[in-house]
Amino acid sequence: MAEQTHQHRPPRPDDPEPTSDYHFLGLAMRELLIEKGVFTADEERRAIEAMEARSPAGGARVVARAWTDPDYKARLLADAAAAARELGIDIGPTRLVVVENTAEVHNVVVCTLCSCYPRMLLGLPPAWYKSANYRKRVVREPRAVLAEFGTTIAERVEVRVHDSTADMRYLVVPLRPAGAEGWSEAQLAALVTRDSMVGVAPALSPDAASSARD
Amino acid sequence: MSDESKRPPHDLGGLAGGPIDTDEHEPTFWEQRIDALQVLLGDKVRRIIDTAELRRGIESLGPEAYDTLSYYERWAASIAAVLVEKGVVTEGELDRRAAEIRARREGAQ
Repeated sequence: MAEQTHQHRPPRPDDPEPTSDYHFLGLAMRELLIEKGVFTADEERRAIEAMEARSPAGGARVVARAWTDPDYKARLLADAAAAARELGIDIGPTRLVVVENTAEVHNVVVCTLCSCYPRMLLGLPPAWYKSANYRKRVVREPRAVLAEFGTTIAERVEVRVHDSTADMRYLVVPLRPAGAEGWSEAQLAALVTRDSMVGVAPALSPDAASSARD
Repeated sequence: MSDESKRPPHDLGGLAGGPIDTDEHEPTFWEQRIDALQVLLGDKVRRIIDTAELRRGIESLGPEAYDTLSYYERWAASIAAVLVEKGVVTEGELDRRAAEIRARREGAQ
């Protein structure tokens, strides 16, 4: 990930022109802060590049390692930041809690107050994670919300909803799908989606993953 | 649960809501810049605005702004308020520069 190109992408052609007062306020802040030497334009560019380089692939590596190495999984569940660091991923000062789906328990993550999310492992949160309707409803009727994502959880399985804060964020280890016995860590990581690590979907089945590639 | 009408606007957990729009939305360049602004202002080098201050700023916007602004517009409003509070920039500087940028953009079209 570190060896990605350092060419910043040009603004996309469909990037909207700033229109609202807040758009211009934002642009005014960055210009003034650069002029005052608070940060440089180059630092801004690098911050955007770092943001673009983070993706659910980081979290998928962690999950695939946990699936294949029980000792690693035990370390991950006990101290997620240290376990992520073993794979070269720095979580920063935030506390990270990793929870594991089992045959008895399904975990799903939200931030009802804002949008806290394990960015270091998953990149920026999707729009729905930040939406008022997800934040309102998933703590009240998680099974109905999961059904909207196409995920049906059997009645006998307990659903646990974890509400994140600025200082404590959650990542779900989804159930390892059947049919991927003997797969390498890299192959398994391809089954681990962003949504499965937020808990709104299961990991991909090997069949679904291969038809997605075709 | 306490009286729902007294909740601050960001305290949404457990309220009734509608269907969840699951469309993916790539961040625009402007949104990336606002995100980068907070990342830089909050990093170890600068420590000007931490996450708690960003949140306090967002939660102080008032119900109308909270409900009508987009996600990163709320961030921009919060960051501006905290920067002014800390004396990093003044409101006058922000207003003048925002007006200049608007004029510059409109002149370019």
